[in-house]
Amino acid sequence: MDLSIIKDQLAEYTVGIAGAGGLGSNCAVSLARSGIGTLVIADFDKITEPNLNRQYFFRDQIGQFKADALKNNIEKTGSCTKVIIHIIKLSKNNIPEIFKDCDVIVEAFDLAEMKEMLAETVQTKLPGIPLVLASGLAGWGNNDTIKYRKIDDFLYTCGDESTEVSVDLPPLAPRVGIVANMQANTVLDILMNKI
Amino acid sequence: MKIKLNNREEIIDTEILTVSNFLELKKFTFRMRIVKINGVFIPKEKYDVTEILDGDDVQMIYLMSGG
Repeated sequence: MDLSIIKDQLAEYTVGIAGAGGLGSNCAVSLARSGIGTLVIADFDKITEPNLNRQYFFRDQIGQFKADALKNNIEKTGSCTKVIIHIIKLSKNNIPEIFKDCDVIVEAFDLAEMKEMLAETVQTKLPGIPLVLASGLAGWGNNDTIKYRKIDDFLYTCGDESTEVSVDLPPLAPRVGIVANMQANTVLDILMNKI
Repeated sequence: MKIKLNNREEIIDTEILTVSNFLELKKFTFRMRIVKINGVFIPKEKYDVTEILDGDDVQMIYLMSGG
């Protein structure tokens, strides 16, 4: 399929990004470069120096809201993607309203508790929208443990499903980037199959 | 009874099995997870009252912090 046909197709769709940290920033940039029509990005946090080891931000953006800075960085790629941002802490109450018009939602949180909350909310309140989770991306190496799993038409997961970040096993750019791009690739797969 | 867990067959030697019983039986102690039975999401507060029946397709995802 010709690249322009792919871009025309993807331009029709809206993708929700829940969290604009290591997963969300890298996944969003990848989706924008691919030609997704609209991204709805929600995050309440500001950029700090330790974020720069893996997140798609730059030194001069420290102190800015991640959602704001990510919108700017996406615009700098030259992509035509429309970016809608919500500077807000996502919760069971606001998730349905923020992401209701999305064709796919990407779970891009750090904490397992938040991942679980989002999964429960999307699966019960937005049951027709596919959700792409990330679970297990800490440390380095072990390329062969990072996998993709389709649970059903509405739930997918990317990651090794076993490593959790800790002081001795921090999140680093390569594995976070692999999983974020695996999520983006899963989104494209879901959307291209809608043709 | 015979069920499927993450697409793999499991034989369990009991008649009545709730999600909580199953997690105990398999010694699945990790706190953060998603459970779906035959495509239906099971909220955590229903683990004690939701029964897994013979032939059920159980999907479980462990949620690890990091992002």
